[in-house]
Amino acid sequence: MGNMNLTLKVWRQKNAQTPGKFVTYKAEGISPDMSFLEMLDVVNESLILKSEEPIHFDHDCREGICGMCSLYINGHPHGPKRAITTCQLHMRSFKDGETITIEPWRAAPFPVIKDLAVDRSAFDRIQQAGGYVSVNTGGVPDANEILIPKVIADEAFNSATCIGCGACVAACKNASAMLFVSAKVSQFAMLPQGQTERWSRVQKMVAQMDEEGFGNCTNTGACEAECPKEIQLTNISRMNNDYFSAKLFREEHAHEE
Amino acid sequence: MSLDAKIPEGPLAEKWSKHKFNLKLVNPANKRKYDIIVVGTGLAGASAAATLAELGYNVKAFCFQDSPRRAHSIAAQGGINAAKNYQNDGDSVYRLFYDTIKGGDFRAREANVYRLAEVSVNIIDQCVAQGVPFAREYGGLLDNRSFGGAQVSRTFYARGQTGQQLLLGAYSALNRQIHHGKVKMYTRTEMLDVVLVDGEARGIVTRSLTTGAIETHSGHAVLLCTGGYGNVFYLSTNAAGSNVTAAWRAHKRGAYFGNPCYTQIHPTCIPVTGDHQSKLTLMSESLRNDGRVWAPKTVETAEKLRKGQLKASDIKDEDRDYFLERKYPAFGNLVPRDVASRNAKEMVDENRGVGASGFAVFLDFSDAIKRLGKDTVAAKYGNLFDMYYQITDEDPYTQPMRIYPAVHYTMGGLWVDYNLMTNVPGLYALGECNFSDHGANRLGASALMQGLADGYFVIPYTIGDYLAKIGPKAVDTNHPAFEETKQSVLAYVNKLLALKGNKTVNEYHRELGHIMWEYCGMARTEEGLTKALGLIQALRADFWVNAKVVGENEEVNPALEKAGRVADFLELGELMVRDALMRKESCGGHFRLESQTPDGEALRDDEHFAFVAAWEYKGDNQPEELHKEALEFEYVHLTQRNYA
Repeated sequence: MGNMNLTLKVWRQKNAQTPGKFVTYKAEGISPDMSFLEMLDVVNESLILKSEEPIHFDHDCREGICGMCSLYINGHPHGPKRAITTCQLHMRSFKDGETITIEPWRAAPFPVIKDLAVDRSAFDRIQQAGGYVSVNTGGVPDANEILIPKVIADEAFNSATCIGCGACVAACKNASAMLFVSAKVSQFAMLPQGQTERWSRVQKMVAQMDEEGFGNCTNTGACEAECPKEIQLTNISRMNNDYFSAKLFREEHAHEE
Repeated sequence: MSLDAKIPEGPLAEKWSKHKFNLKLVNPANKRKYDIIVVGTGLAGASAAATLAELGYNVKAFCFQDSPRRAHSIAAQGGINAAKNYQNDGDSVYRLFYDTIKGGDFRAREANVYRLAEVSVNIIDQCVAQGVPFAREYGGLLDNRSFGGAQVSRTFYARGQTGQQLLLGAYSALNRQIHHGKVKMYTRTEMLDVVLVDGEARGIVTRSLTTGAIETHSGHAVLLCTGGYGNVFYLSTNAAGSNVTAAWRAHKRGAYFGNPCYTQIHPTCIPVTGDHQSKLTLMSESLRNDGRVWAPKTVETAEKLRKGQLKASDIKDEDRDYFLERKYPAFGNLVPRDVASRNAKEMVDENRGVGASGFAVFLDFSDAIKRLGKDTVAAKYGNLFDMYYQITDEDPYTQPMRIYPAVHYTMGGLWVDYNLMTNVPGLYALGECNFSDHGANRLGASALMQGLADGYFVIPYTIGDYLAKIGPKAVDTNHPAFEETKQSVLAYVNKLLALKGNKTVNEYHRELGHIMWEYCGMARTEEGLTKALGLIQALRADFWVNAKVVGENEEVNPALEKAGRVADFLELGELMVRDALMRKESCGGHFRLESQTPDGEALRDDEHFAFVAAWEYKGDNQPEELHKEALEFEYVHLTQRNYA
C-alpha cells in the first residue's frame, strides 16, 4: 500500500465563546502505517512552517489507555473501527483520496476549549461526588482477608476498565453519561469493599451527573457500540436497579458521610 | 554543600521503624495550618496528595493533563511487586530487598531499598481496601505471577492494566479529598519554576495551558511527582506529554540531579516504522515467558527477509539463531531487560536484523501455539496480540512478532535523602522523578511499587519532621522571591515566543533523540559520548536561533508548551552524556563498551564507582559540578551479575 493523499475537513474554533467552522486541509504523502494522530502531527508541522496555527487536539499516552484523545471522525467517536481509541486508529483504515471529517465531542456539558479539544471536567466532578470507597491510608485489613469470587472480581474489573474518554456521551443523541457513571457505580456495587456506601454513592453520582446537564438514557445502545473499552449496557441496568432501590427504600442513606 | 543521605543508624530491618519514631510530629490541630504543593498526579503524586489531605494538611495538586486520572502511570501493564509470600514459595521482605539491590546492579542505597520492600505489603492492603480489582483465584484469594525473571511469584496484577487500576484507586482517594475541600486540584496547568525563599522551597510558578495565565502558588513544602525523562530520546514508551521540565527547573534552582545516565531500555517494544513515528509501544515482558527470541543465522537470510523475498515461516529451525537461549542457557529468553536489549542490538549491529528497516528481531510464538494450542495462548496474551495487530497490521498468531528495544524508564532523577527531600530544604521528589531505589536497572513490577510506597507510606511520615521544624507560620507571598520568579518565567516564555526561525521544535526534538539513542543509548563509548557532547551543544545553540514557535502566550498554545519542554531536554541531554562519560564502568542499563566481562556482560568497577553521582547546576552552558555520595553495603555482598 503506497502513501495516500487525503482531504481533511477539520472543525476549528478559537474558544467556547467564539463560533467555530470547518476548514479544509490537504494531508499529502501519508503513510498507511501512521496513526491518525501522527497524520495530524504531520499536518500541524506543515502549518507551523507556514506560520499558521496548528490544529489543537487532546492526546497523551498514544497507546489507548489514558483516555485523553477524543475526535469525532466521519461521524464516529474514535473513528470507524470498533474497540479502539483514536490514537490506536491507523491510516490504513482509510482510502487514498478520501475526505475525512474531524469534529470535537459535541455535548453541552463538554464545552469546546479550542478546535477539537473539549472540557471533560464534568466527569471528574461526578467521580468526586462519590466514586470512591471512604478509606484513609493505613489501618486497613490484610488484602487476603477480603475474599472475592473470581467471577465477581473479573466482572468488576471489566467495569473498571473505563478510560473516561467521553465517547459514550459523544455517541449518544441525548448526550447521556450513563455508561460512564454506571461503570464506576457497578465496579463498587459488585465488590464487598463498596457495600457500605453503595446506596448513597449511586444517588450522589447520579445527582451530580444530572447537575452537569447530561441527558437521559433511551436505550439506543450507541454508547456501548462506540466505547473503545467495550463497557457494557448491563452496567446501566445495574445502576438503575441500585438507584431505584436506594430512592424507594434507602433514601436516608443519601445523606451519609 | 555536603551530601547527607540521612540514613538512620541501626540494623537494616529496624531503620525505618526507628526513624519513624524519631521523626517530629505535627499536632493534628496544627496540620490545617500547613499548605503543601504536589506537582503531578500519577501514582506518587495522587497517593501523596490524598494521604496528606487525609492527615489534615491543605493540599494544592497540579497536573498538565485534563484530569488527574490520565497521568502516565495509567499505562503500566505488568504488575506490582509485594513481599506478601501469599504463594508460600519462599518470598520475604529480605528477598525482595536483595533481588531489587542485585537487579539494580548494586548502585542503590541498602536502607532505601529495604524500606521499599518493607512497605510493599501495605500497598496491596491499601489498594484492595480502595476496591482495586486485582486478579483473583477461584477461592477468592489474590492471584500472583512471577515476573521479570523473579524466582518467586510476588507480582500482583489486574490483567494487563495494573497501572490503570492502581492509578484509578489513587485517583478515587484524591477525588474524595477534593470533595472534602482538602485538596484543590489544578488541571491543564504546568509547573514552570520553583520559588525559593531564603534557600527553601516555598512555592511554584505555573502556566495555565488553557489561558496562558502565569501564576504563583505558595506552600510550606513542594513535592515533585512529575515522572521520568525518557522523552529526551524523542521516541520512548512515555506519553507524548511526559517531560522533565518541573524537575529540570528545580535542578536549575539548586536541586542536584542524581545518576542522570541510568536509563532503562525495554527489550520488547514494537519497532519504529518511519520518521513520522511519535511514540513506541511496549509489549509486556510477560510475552517472553512463552515467546522465543531469534534472528536469522546469516546476513544473507536476513537480507532476504528485509526485502520481503522470504517470510519468517520459510526459515528452517537450523537457520535460526535463538541467541538468548544459546548464550544464557539457564535463563534463556527470561534474562533481565538490560541483557535482552543489548543482545537484540548486537544482532542488528551484525546486520542480522529483520523487518523492512532491519531494526528488529523476532519474538516467535509458533512453538507455544503447537505446545499449548492457540486458545491457551490467546487467553494469556490475547490483548497484547490484538494491540500488536492493531499497530503493525500483522497477525502474531501466524507470523512472529518483530520487536526491538525502546526507552522505557529512567532510574536517574532528582537526588533525595532518605526522607525524599532534595538538597533544597522543603523540596521533595517522589516516584520516578527521584533517583532513589532502582540503582542502575529497575526490575519489572517495581515502578508501581515505588511510586505508591513514596506517596502512601513514606512522605506522610517524613514531611512532618520538616514541617514541625519550620512551624506553621503562613508563607509570606509578598516576599519578593515570588514576583521575581514569576518575572523570570515570563521572560523565558517571551524568549521562546520570539523564536521565529525555520525549523519546528519537533524537528529539534527528533534530532536530539537520534543523538541520545545513537551515543547514549544501549551501548556507550568514550568516543561516541564525546562526539554527542559537541552535537548536543551545537543543536542547542541552533535551537535558540532557528527554531520556530507560533502563537502567543494568552491562549491554548501547544507549540509553546513543547518548545519549553524541548529546550529543557536539550540541556538535560548534555548532562546525561556527561554523567555517562564520567562513569567509566558498566552497570545495569549503563553499558560502556570499554568495561565488559569476557562474556560481554556489564563489568562494574566497585572500587572507583560505588557512588551516586549528584550533579549541581552551575549556570547556562557551564559544565555541572559532580558531588559523590558513597554507597555503603553492609548486608549484601557485591557480585558480578551472571545469568548464564
